[in-house]
Amino acid sequence: MANAVLVRKLEGVSPTRQRWMGVVEIGMAVLILIFFTLKVQPGSTSTFNMTPGGITRGVAGDWVVPALGTLIFLTVVAFLLGVYQFVRGFGKWTNGVLGIIVAFFVFGFLVWASAGKSLNLSGMLSAAVLLGVPIILGAFSGVISERAGVVNIAIEGLMLMAAMVGALVGSVTQSIWWGLLGAIVSSVLLALVHGVLSIKYKINQIISGTVINIFSTGMTSYLSSKFMQTYQNLNNPPIFPRIPIPLLADIPIIGPLFFNTNIFVYLTFILLIVIQVALFSTRWGLRLRSVGEHPKAADTLGINVIRTRYVAVILSGVVAGIGGAFFTLGSVGRFDEMMTAGKGFIGLAAMIFGNWTPIGAFLAGLMFGFADSVATKLSILGTGIPTQFMAMAPYLTTMIVLAGLVGRGQVPAADGEPYTKE
Amino acid sequence: MGWRVNQNSTEKPEQSPVKPDTGKVLLEELTRPPEPQKGGWWRSARRVLLVPALAILTGLIFGAILMVLTTEEVYQAFGRSFGEGMSLAGRTVVESYGAMFAGSLGDPGRIITALGSGEPAAIRRAFNPFLESLVNATPYIFAGLAVALGFRSGLFNIGVEGQLFVGATASAFVGYAIKGLPGIIHMPLALLAGAVAGGVWGFIPGWLKAKTGAHEVINTIMLNWIAFRLTEYLLSGPMSRPDSGGLPITPLIEKSAEIPQFFQSPIRLHLGFFMALAVAWFIHWLLFKTTIGFEMRTVGANPHGARYAGMNITRSTVLAMTISGALAGVAGAVQVLAVNRSMAIGLSPGYGFDSIALALLGNSTPIGVVLSSILFGVLRNGATRMMVVSQIPIDIVSIIQALILAFVAAPAIIRTIYRIKIPKEAEQAVFVGSWGGK
Repeated sequence: MANAVLVRKLEGVSPTRQRWMGVVEIGMAVLILIFFTLKVQPGSTSTFNMTPGGITRGVAGDWVVPALGTLIFLTVVAFLLGVYQFVRGFGKWTNGVLGIIVAFFVFGFLVWASAGKSLNLSGMLSAAVLLGVPIILGAFSGVISERAGVVNIAIEGLMLMAAMVGALVGSVTQSIWWGLLGAIVSSVLLALVHGVLSIKYKINQIISGTVINIFSTGMTSYLSSKFMQTYQNLNNPPIFPRIPIPLLADIPIIGPLFFNTNIFVYLTFILLIVIQVALFSTRWGLRLRSVGEHPKAADTLGINVIRTRYVAVILSGVVAGIGGAFFTLGSVGRFDEMMTAGKGFIGLAAMIFGNWTPIGAFLAGLMFGFADSVATKLSILGTGIPTQFMAMAPYLTTMIVLAGLVGRGQVPAADGEPYTKE
Repeated sequence: MGWRVNQNSTEKPEQSPVKPDTGKVLLEELTRPPEPQKGGWWRSARRVLLVPALAILTGLIFGAILMVLTTEEVYQAFGRSFGEGMSLAGRTVVESYGAMFAGSLGDPGRIITALGSGEPAAIRRAFNPFLESLVNATPYIFAGLAVALGFRSGLFNIGVEGQLFVGATASAFVGYAIKGLPGIIHMPLALLAGAVAGGVWGFIPGWLKAKTGAHEVINTIMLNWIAFRLTEYLLSGPMSRPDSGGLPITPLIEKSAEIPQFFQSPIRLHLGFFMALAVAWFIHWLLFKTTIGFEMRTVGANPHGARYAGMNITRSTVLAMTISGALAGVAGAVQVLAVNRSMAIGLSPGYGFDSIALALLGNSTPIGVVLSSILFGVLRNGATRMMVVSQIPIDIVSIIQALILAFVAAPAIIRTIYRIKIPKEAEQAVFVGSWGGK
């Protein structure tokens, strides 16, 4: 018995938390029962279209499920998982099981909402990927700089500036690549300002980030209303086309989602792998992380703390620049004032949610994108639930995660602390 | 004189409100900044004002450069000859800033004529630009106090915008939904509703910070978005004006809920401005003259020391965030009850972020906040006029504000630009840590 408690302790799940988690999961099973299973018409079916509109490759047939049967299955499994969690606990799988039950809840919701109707699930998922891209890139940008110990709440400002400059340069040169380069350069320059303010002048990094955000909001709106609204040809950049990847694009369901989109989605995947490997499997990454955890020790071992932090901030600017360019060059093809609409801040939340790891940030960003996409689809389905409440879900989830309900995150120990060489 | 009173002099032990209790006296000795240098009010005023004044000046100069760089006619003039270019550049700046200050402080010529004529109505109209700047400054004062109180208590309340939104929505609801109350009850009730709603919005991150260590910056940002979505829902659904044609706006508030304006239209100066001054005085008293305020400041400056001295950190954190949120809520409520008379999505031109800048500019002291709020009110009011006269977009104000904020936060930049020796600011007013509740 004592052994079991010790094991639980090592795995980081206290008995209290195990019980609470069980209660929460049983509660979710009950919610599925009350709101969906009992409300659905017996005998009705839910139809999910598995091919997004306007796609000719990787076509898949519709997926028809009996609404009531599926919901009963989801309710029962969720309930059993919850009971097991309450009585025995899943140990290190606790969060994973919670994730499964949340997924059940969402799926149950979709089955209920589309009972007797049809829902383009694939279109919804592909919208989720596109909505998730800027959030994920923002989160990556945060991961890089915060792993080196520089808190970066300026991501929103960096992306906004990059979006505008990308549109401007893209329009003037009529070249998407110059546009993308312009976006990245502008974002890097702003990131450098953040770096100089917070690394050299050692001002509070959150204040420095706020400076960038206010400046960026003002500057983009100023230039946009001074020039881009008067001269329409300054705000008419080309956009990156959809590039299907041979063979992979023909896979049903996955193909249209991930392998038949524009370059930003592919870049996101590449960055995910590159950042994950660079941070956790290279000497460079180890050094960068050591600067974020214990700069003094890193300095003692001969690592140049200041330079490492500058490099991290610049790379963070590069990634945020790509994320910003997505808004104008990757989707809309036009710059509007305040068009990032808080995506940078949500990216920050995704970074925290994802525990300062690229893969975690990626999954969290996809989840936030999915919530956004469900919110927009909801109004079309006419479920009677105000879309604004659905749109709140990511923010509420972030607060719950941050409050430690899903376990403590691993903040880089020296995150936000200026370093003074002695 | 007012400056000297507010600068550190309240920190002197003989004026301290704290009873002689060894732990607290020790703590106070530890957290007390060094005695200000002697040398008359001019030196202490210079010490306090030099950096902000130079920061404002530099911000305006950068703004002027930007203005010139983005005016096409200047380039054309430079194409003709260098002299012509320079003179047009100078004229652009003088005209634009001239319009800005005439539009926010008053046209000197008109004021003299009006004073000469001795007609009260004409005098009021001549002074109206400045009075309008005070109207603009009112929400800034409340919002800036909210941020400043947070800074003093070691909390970064970046959620002022959201608190302001829920406060404004709640007060608008009380303002239009309750009918038949006398003004003496209805108006304070509507204000109270705003304070309570904002207070709840501040309480949540405060409580989460105290109980779970979740960083208030992320939580207040999240609550901002929740507040926007909630307001959007309420304004377009349950609280929408029946004849608005789908626009997200509430019905007009009842006459009895309005905060009175002193003069006839178009002069909008209202009682809210003086309420703001009274609240600023109250916050000063609370922070610097009471035990509660002393605890808040100590927790902010040195949480470990505060715990060692037996202070209740949880209570202090939660209280500070709640008061901060309530102040932000009142900022929104006053704007609705005195100026807009209804709540709409476009209520705030960014009070939330601007208030961070002005709290820092005012070194997180209530009097500093009042003065920088008036400055921001002047800038914003003047920029509206400038936009009409010289087609400079109003957003230039945000750029100037960001620059001012950067220079105030990093005085070393000012020191480098002007090659002057600035006395080191003895008192650190901002204590905000990193994520994870450290």
